[in-house]
Amino acid sequence: MTFELILFYAFGAILLGAALAMISVRNPVHAALFLVVCFVAAAAIWLLAEAEFLGIVLVLVYVGAVMVLFLFVVMMLDINLAKLREGFTEYLPVGVVVAAAMATVLVLVITRYITMEVPERAGPEYANTEALGAILYTEYVYPFEIAAVILLVAIIAAISLTMRKRPDNKSIDPGQQMAVSREGRVRMVSMPSEKKRAPRRSAQGSGSGASDDDASK
Amino acid sequence: MFDWMMNFFYSLPTVMQILIGIQLIVIPLMLAVAYTTFAERKVIGYAHVRIGPNRVGPRGWLQPIADALKLLTKEVIVPTNANRFLFLSAPVLTIAPALAAWAVIPFFDGGALANVNAGLLYLLALTSLGVYGIIIAGWASNSKYALLGSLRSAAQLVSYEIAMGFALVGVLMAAGTLNVGGIIEAQSGSMYHWFLLPLLPLFFVYFISGVAETNRAPFDVAEGESEIVAGFHVEYSGMAFAVFFLAEYANMILISALTAILFLGGWLSPFQGILPQAAFDLPVIGSLLDHGIHWFLFKTAIFLFAFLWFRATFPRYRYDQIMRLGWKVLIPVTIVWLFVEGVLVAFNVGPWFA
Repeated sequence: MTFELILFYAFGAILLGAALAMISVRNPVHAALFLVVCFVAAAAIWLLAEAEFLGIVLVLVYVGAVMVLFLFVVMMLDINLAKLREGFTEYLPVGVVVAAAMATVLVLVITRYITMEVPERAGPEYANTEALGAILYTEYVYPFEIAAVILLVAIIAAISLTMRKRPDNKSIDPGQQMAVSREGRVRMVSMPSEKKRAPRRSAQGSGSGASDDDASK
Repeated sequence: MFDWMMNFFYSLPTVMQILIGIQLIVIPLMLAVAYTTFAERKVIGYAHVRIGPNRVGPRGWLQPIADALKLLTKEVIVPTNANRFLFLSAPVLTIAPALAAWAVIPFFDGGALANVNAGLLYLLALTSLGVYGIIIAGWASNSKYALLGSLRSAAQLVSYEIAMGFALVGVLMAAGTLNVGGIIEAQSGSMYHWFLLPLLPLFFVYFISGVAETNRAPFDVAEGESEIVAGFHVEYSGMAFAVFFLAEYANMILISALTAILFLGGWLSPFQGILPQAAFDLPVIGSLLDHGIHWFLFKTAIFLFAFLWFRATFPRYRYDQIMRLGWKVLIPVTIVWLFVEGVLVAFNVGPWFA
């Protein structure tokens, strides 16, 4: 048994264990964290298969961004677990049928199309990033561009669906705040300094600004 | 002597070589972290026209050691109803990516622990993992302030990661490689070949997002002490708190080092291509003027100083202003500059894309 094979089985065991834990733990935050462990283990297996671009991007996109937002939402939600578990027995038959169908399809696909042999090792000059880039921008350029446009449409749709005017919102436009000048905020008032030893104190300050302030208090 | 040591080093088994390499990186890094905390207190002290710590040891030089000893002897308190396992693993999850990222940093020519093909992606992935420690710390503490701090921090990190990623896309477009060593070599020639000039807007975007990613002032709403006490690490004490602190400073040094590598040519000497070859042949001065780790450390120190300087200079951003800066200013700037850069590359402009 080579060291690589040991690593493969170790990460495979972590992946399966974390996946099982993810669907069976009670606490939704723990479930999300187990999913993170799944992603990291899957990325490690991809690295073992010399697909370093896919492995690192899995960590970057799913672990670094998507799951952070997931955790964000799960922590904010007040999830009533008892209510979520209410219909378990009711939906169990449907669930079993769907699961059985999925399992059959997966087994058929795996036994027919996927070989279980150890893949050929590419040489040290092989770079997964370059290989993927070369194939994406030549052979699959149209599907790639179409996928990009669909993602763009999805972004715009998501933003336009959630954007709403809120007239009661008192937020301030930061652009306006930054455009503030000194002239708009401060009024310089010239006041002659008081004479030392004046025979009687002048009752009124000559500057109008000071007296205005006093009046407002 | 040196040759003998190198021969001995290469005769060791690979695992031993890697372990020694890790020690050679992590131990100086931890010392650098300790003295960055000291430098921060001194720099901010002088910015406030006071002296800063000067009691422990000569001129206060032993202050970080004293701090570490004090924190080591304090009790680590786990709050009631806190999730003990997650509470204690959060500091570890914060510091692990901060240290692991150093594996692909080349300190001198060929001086990286791992020469990874997709080094830039690896760095981006690892810097994005640091947020888990913060989120888990906030949630596992079972405290309102900690949760608020971790939510703020998560939103901020996810927002600035996009601008940071786009800035890195600009760097890899210019260098034509994801390998960190290759990026430095693509900048060799002279000072004017560095990516600082052709990628100036991306340089600013990268450094600003870097400051935001490390939750440093002026982007430190995650621990804004005037609003939410100390944010995500409010419930931590003793060494568990110190580990968060170490991770923050290790990340600061990492971002400074990366800015130096990606835009200022890392270990490349600024005198290359400017001074005649005879200057580099001088006995001692020549090796100082030539490429080497000292230039890398010097460039890193400049950005590290900028981190401390910012903290003494800028007031804290308001939350909505942080979001506006990230989404509406930095991201459009990067997209516009990626387009400009594409045009520059297409027409082979300047010494950079020729």
